[in-house]
Amino acid sequence: MATAAEILETSEGRRVGATHLITLELRIRRFNPQVSADPWWDEFTVQVDPFERLVEILHEVKWHHDGTLTFRRSCAHGICGSDAMVINGHNALACKVLAKDVAPKVTIEPIRGLRVLKDLIVDMDPFFDGYRSVLPYLVNDEEAPRERIQSQEERERYDDTTKCILCAACTTSCPIFWADDAYVGPAAIVNAHRFIFDSRDRAPRERLAILSEKTGVFRCRTTFNCTEACPRGIEVTKAIQEVKRAILFDRT
Amino acid sequence: MTVSHSYDAVIVGAGGAGLRAAIETSGRVKTAVISKLYPTRSHTGAAQGGVCAALGNVEEDHPEWHAFDTVKGGDYLVDQPAAQILTEEAIESIYQLERWGLPFNRTPDGLIDQRRFGGHTANHGERPVRRACYAADRTGHMILQTLYQQCVKRDVRFFNEFYCLDLLRTDDGRTAGVVAYELATGELHVFRAKAVLFATGGYGRMFKVTSNAHALTGDGPSVAWRRGIPLEDMEFFQFHPTGLYRLGVLLSEGARGEGAILRNRDGERFMERYAPTIKDLAPRDVISRSIYQEIKEGRGVGPKADHLYLDLTHLDPHVLEEKLPDITEFARVYLQVEPTREPVPIQPTAHYAMGGIPTDVHARVVTGPDEQVVPGLYAAGECACVSVHGANRLGTNSLLDIVVFGRRGGQDIAEYCNHADLPDPPAASTADTVAMLDAIVSRRTGDNVADIRRELQDAMFDLAFVVRTEESLSEMEEILTGLRDRYERVAITDKGTVYNTDLMEAVELGFLLDCAATLVAAAQARDESRGAHYREDHPLRDDANWLKHSLAYRLDDGSIKLETKPVKLGPYVPMERKY
Repeated sequence: MATAAEILETSEGRRVGATHLITLELRIRRFNPQVSADPWWDEFTVQVDPFERLVEILHEVKWHHDGTLTFRRSCAHGICGSDAMVINGHNALACKVLAKDVAPKVTIEPIRGLRVLKDLIVDMDPFFDGYRSVLPYLVNDEEAPRERIQSQEERERYDDTTKCILCAACTTSCPIFWADDAYVGPAAIVNAHRFIFDSRDRAPRERLAILSEKTGVFRCRTTFNCTEACPRGIEVTKAIQEVKRAILFDRT
Repeated sequence: MTVSHSYDAVIVGAGGAGLRAAIETSGRVKTAVISKLYPTRSHTGAAQGGVCAALGNVEEDHPEWHAFDTVKGGDYLVDQPAAQILTEEAIESIYQLERWGLPFNRTPDGLIDQRRFGGHTANHGERPVRRACYAADRTGHMILQTLYQQCVKRDVRFFNEFYCLDLLRTDDGRTAGVVAYELATGELHVFRAKAVLFATGGYGRMFKVTSNAHALTGDGPSVAWRRGIPLEDMEFFQFHPTGLYRLGVLLSEGARGEGAILRNRDGERFMERYAPTIKDLAPRDVISRSIYQEIKEGRGVGPKADHLYLDLTHLDPHVLEEKLPDITEFARVYLQVEPTREPVPIQPTAHYAMGGIPTDVHARVVTGPDEQVVPGLYAAGECACVSVHGANRLGTNSLLDIVVFGRRGGQDIAEYCNHADLPDPPAASTADTVAMLDAIVSRRTGDNVADIRRELQDAMFDLAFVVRTEESLSEMEEILTGLRDRYERVAITDKGTVYNTDLMEAVELGFLLDCAATLVAAAQARDESRGAHYREDHPLRDDANWLKHSLAYRLDDGSIKLETKPVKLGPYVPMERKY
């Protein structure tokens, strides 16, 4: 156990608040069907704490520069999955990117492959339709008086894919999804994986049958965009590969 | 243009309580769930550490011990029959979640694993007990996902990104439905219904430092309050001891359940002085006050000596990786601190509303000291006050509350709808809503919503936080009068009808101001200290005068009337609260 002196020593020099502000230029892709049929770009320059979250910088713009700027957000710490955006070309949650990571300039666009409704808000319904198509719930009608037994190893088998927050960062980073919105996309496969490899589930074959159709896993070309985009650190491509193997070798 | 819908039951809010209720009602009565967020964005998903039930999977435990802890933790303001229901039904509720697929961590024997949590003890306070069932430090996420999955399975009808702005009641006080604003189009929708359940969550966004999502603005409580429903025990707001410094992002009590220690500037484990028996696992109100005391006496850390440390450095790095991965990442991402090597800067953060819409144990809304049932109106979860949390909620009991009373509400609604008829909504159902929205949209110049909200949050943090006095609360009341006056003159930039979040934020601010006003009024009246409500000028609990709930009503002129109602006692006689 660390001694008090060691605790204090290691704490020295820590960043617990900005000593200075930095300048950040934001370039934001805008769209408002009530203003124009075409999107446009707006630029804003703000002075910010280098440790400030990008979502709070967007708030600063909305609250004090342009009240029409529109985006989704809620928890602001990477759990609710509302604020996936394209930030300097890469999908990320705006609440998990800090000013210092993108300064001095940041370009922000809506996630791709879903219809833009206004500014950074896209139509999420097709994304959730994909999710709903893979039977995203435990199927098991066997009686159990208490909890079902599941070993620690069995529980570990699908741990990674339980972390998904349905933010769509993975699906909307996938070039196959951009080209063909019938493809269920990485997030739906992740959520199928979560049940296919759960020892308590009794419907893996039904899910594998759904995912072996032409809209399913074999559209994946293993570009790894999804794995890079996942703000929860899920090994998305690996999960997709595991589902492919389960279909090919008929095993879970 | 107004769109009309008819349902048996309308559930407002799609977090844990709303979804759990919908699972009960769907298939039995025609149900709609309306939510201003997509359901999986709800703040239940941010809960981390666990959900308690006396399963006894790793050591001896009993629901009765859990009930005692809940009552004592709530500083005896808990309605004891409700706490007994909560803790007895906890067990089947957890098994139910497991059978629906919730990926709980497991014991070596494959049972649901359990860990220690603040205020949960064996045999009436002897020692900490392993009672919290958990899924790493994302238990709330897994509950929200599991309940949503069950709703998908049952094909529950959702109206996503619909914002409930008004409650419809008949002249004789029955519930007739709600008015909702569709964010995508700006259209108003009238949902006629026999029964309405509010499950809209909390209102922590009235404070500068909070663990709460931006969306938590007291919508349900304020909408009900404006239609004559009182709000109960609003003065009791929980300040969680371990929010990330400055950000307020929650660091689960589960960390201390796994052995993390709070330290002051001298590296001292100061909780040994304040709670010698259970130390860092004392209830949240006790620890937040201890932190306040440490800072006040000059033992805070940092350049401003305004925060303290949560020390996880002595824990096995595997524990952090496997049981506390999310909070470890929060410290790394937001404070650039490496928790395996460095202590994490923390400060108390506004976390949970114990108060809210008064209900009975069937989630039926009740008014007055004699608890008259409002026909067809229900509330569950954080927006409700049953009261199982009393003056201070124990960690994990909120997740338990939503599954136990969400289910009870859903069951009662299904039965109620089977014999009730569909009331006619009042004439001009949307008139008040239209007037409210038009006033905001049509104003060309006026006060800035964000400025008023910021002033509210700063002042509530300074004057109505962990420690309060008559003086601070009077000052806050005065500030609120000014802010509410300015709110009448707010103007917004966005005049459109497509996703007008500028307008939504303006409406949310009005709800927040209502909740803040009732909180401050009730806190002024309660000249004692109990649970999370600490009055430095009245530091002792006063059972002779204040072993009772408060009710705050809105009068027609917008002012607040307070009354009280008795606490439902039971086997546990109030005694001095020591840990």
